[in-house]
Amino acid sequence: MTDMSVLEIQNLTVRLPASADRDNAVTDIGFTVNPGEIVCVVGESGSGKSVTAQAVMGLLPRELTPTQGVTRLDGEDTLTASSQRLRDLRGTQMAMIFQEPMTALNPVARVGTQIAEVLEIHTKLTASERRARAIEIMDAVQLPDPDKMVDAYPHQLSGGQRQRIMIAMALVLDPSLLIADEPTTALDVTTQAQILKLIKEMQQRRGTGVLFITHDFGVVAEIADRVVVMQHGRIIEQGTRDQILGFPQQDYTKMLMASVPSMTPPERTPVGGPEALSVSHLDKTYGRRGFLSQSRIVQAAQDVSFVLRKGETLGIVGESGSGKSTVARCIARLIDPTKGSITLQGREIATLPETRLRPYRRAVQIVFQDPYRSLNPRRTVGQSLTEAPMNFGITRQDALTQARDLMSLVGLSPDALDRYPHQFSGGQRQRICIARALAVKPDVLIADEAVSALDVSVQAQVLELLDDIRERYNLAMLFITHDLRVAAQICDRLIVMKSGKIVEQGATAQVYAAPQDSYTRLLLDAAPGANVEFGQGSAVG
Amino acid sequence: MGPYLLKRLLATIPVMLVVAVFIFLLLRLTPGDPAAMIGGDYATEAQIDEIRQTLGLNEPLLTQFVIWIGNILQGDLGESFFFKKQVSELIVARIEPTLSLSLVTIIFTVAIAVPIGVLAAYRHGSWIDRIVMGFSVLGFSVPVFVIGFGLIYVFSLQLSWFPVQGYNRIGNGVTPWIHNLILPALALSVIFVAFIARMTRTSVLEVLGEDYIRTARAKGQTETKVLMRHALRNAAVPIVTVIGFAFAILVGGVVVTESVFNIPGLGLLTVDAVLNRDFPTIQAVVLLFSLVYVMINLAIDLSYTLLDPRIRY
Repeated sequence: MTDMSVLEIQNLTVRLPASADRDNAVTDIGFTVNPGEIVCVVGESGSGKSVTAQAVMGLLPRELTPTQGVTRLDGEDTLTASSQRLRDLRGTQMAMIFQEPMTALNPVARVGTQIAEVLEIHTKLTASERRARAIEIMDAVQLPDPDKMVDAYPHQLSGGQRQRIMIAMALVLDPSLLIADEPTTALDVTTQAQILKLIKEMQQRRGTGVLFITHDFGVVAEIADRVVVMQHGRIIEQGTRDQILGFPQQDYTKMLMASVPSMTPPERTPVGGPEALSVSHLDKTYGRRGFLSQSRIVQAAQDVSFVLRKGETLGIVGESGSGKSTVARCIARLIDPTKGSITLQGREIATLPETRLRPYRRAVQIVFQDPYRSLNPRRTVGQSLTEAPMNFGITRQDALTQARDLMSLVGLSPDALDRYPHQFSGGQRQRICIARALAVKPDVLIADEAVSALDVSVQAQVLELLDDIRERYNLAMLFITHDLRVAAQICDRLIVMKSGKIVEQGATAQVYAAPQDSYTRLLLDAAPGANVEFGQGSAVG
Repeated sequence: MGPYLLKRLLATIPVMLVVAVFIFLLLRLTPGDPAAMIGGDYATEAQIDEIRQTLGLNEPLLTQFVIWIGNILQGDLGESFFFKKQVSELIVARIEPTLSLSLVTIIFTVAIAVPIGVLAAYRHGSWIDRIVMGFSVLGFSVPVFVIGFGLIYVFSLQLSWFPVQGYNRIGNGVTPWIHNLILPALALSVIFVAFIARMTRTSVLEVLGEDYIRTARAKGQTETKVLMRHALRNAAVPIVTVIGFAFAILVGGVVVTESVFNIPGLGLLTVDAVLNRDFPTIQAVVLLFSLVYVMINLAIDLSYTLLDPRIRY
């Protein structure tokens, strides 16, 4: 068995710097990847899954040091290999693709050149041969028109295309091990489905062993042969896909799977409350026309109309570029709509000038996607929570009292008000963001991908909190997401958007059970592991 | 690109016009009469008046301005009051030393600052980084004349490697030309090296944290090529911006440096012209300098499109 494995990790321990919250990034882990096999390492953030991959590649950050164990690539230990030897192995015997295709490619170099660079480093091919090989592999990863695309720059390609370039770059020298670190997390569902299919195809055709890192059980269900579950740097359990998904032994694994929202929406009674917000024929056009410059016009939102009732959660789902965030930003008047009307508390606000809009700003509040960037790192939580109410004329003392109440409401200690955002975890920060939005007692709460950056277990808690708050304050909630599992669980009604237009809208259960538009069907089918139900603590395939 | 260039070139017209009005009024509203300067200590009131007549200085200000602008538009910069020559001839004669000094200084600066900045970023936190940063603070704080005299003392007076002062035209051969320029250019470049090395370090350090650097390493690329091919070009936009500004400051700063090193360029010409209230020469040189500023700025903006394909005008 040993000499068959592409990758064999034994007793690997990687030490964290002294300032960290635990001693080791990974502790005494061991697993193998065989040729032609996809091993998924699953875990939440901080589980040590990326550190494992970096240790194998010899790409650990300086502060992290492996203290024991071996990582054998085709029998050769990469932990003890010289840096020269590691450079030779990277790209030829082991290759890696990353999470963010938008930033993983050099923005100022042509994509063909970046693929050819691998050949330049490791082979003696001439420039024209390298180019020909680059075109060939681009064709193999099904990029359209590789003859032309070889000269494109990364920014001219879509996210999915860029990830294909990354895969082409990784596979051009037929490595025996491919490490994929969350390669589809940043992609739209339909693109994700295509990329997963491509990785599987390429891997089967070439007999590559794949170490696939993910936090998403849907993806695991889709492509894994074997699964390794990690938590806090230790392996919780490992086994075949069917063993782990069907009969998980450990509580942590069961909890993780139970946190994955079900694709089947529960029955909901329609909300019949009074109108909180109504949008009709909303248009947002980007583009400039000016002296001596060409006009380039993008219609980010087109003819968008809907009604949101008090106490109701209305979901907007769609892929990137569908215009869902544009609509949210128009409603909050963070950007000005080009045309159409937005009625809030019976008052037209789409065209209201800033000075007269101010009192209405209170009524619409947003919680954004990335809790790491949406709180000012130099201000205490207390300052963040009291700023908005004080802007609307509440005294400092009252605002502070209210902030303490809000902290308990979102499940945090009221005594933490004088701490700074970096002292909180991602999930806690998102709770703070929710508290901040609630501080001015809004009528409409917009959650713009508010749970997308969170781990599943934390996601489940934050979703519960949002639903609880909506009920308690009879809030109208506009829930924007690309995640169809999340949408299924929290939304009363659903709007499906594509290219700035609404293609379908209706009660959530109805949209999932009988989608009317072909695009909605496509989205539902593309959701990874769509036919697998994780909700019961074990998956039913 | 074409329309953008045209728009930017058209935009220089109002800028130059404002500069023209400003320098024209500044000269005429400050005390000091060129006619009296030319007439000398023993000229009578009538003689000075006559000189004023011939120079056209007794016309109304507006008339003088219109005549001046009209002549410039026809390519005539006027005749110097003091040197009794065409201003354009004076400028042509004096521009070579100024450009030589500025260019050689900028080349020295870039050749020293960019590599040490990259190195400091790559080994950030190490002793190399600390030395580079220490030098940078020192370079900022030591005045250029101290460095200049220090260099002259060591390399000219003690070692006799370089001449103390003066300038040799490039027409007389490249070796004597560069021989004369090395010390002043080195002295001048110190502060810019300090500045640009710091800028390079910050910029490269930021880029080194990017994902595509990790990608390049994952391909098995060597560290040198990771730095030169992937990091530096991505870090180039801010670096090129400050290099451009440094060049503009250099050209504008020649008034001082040419006096220190006794180099007969535009800077010395300006000093002479100012001392002698030589209106046409001062006006022409100031206009020329501002044109150079505007053009350098344009060149910086255009260079962005070469460095980064995402930037398009």
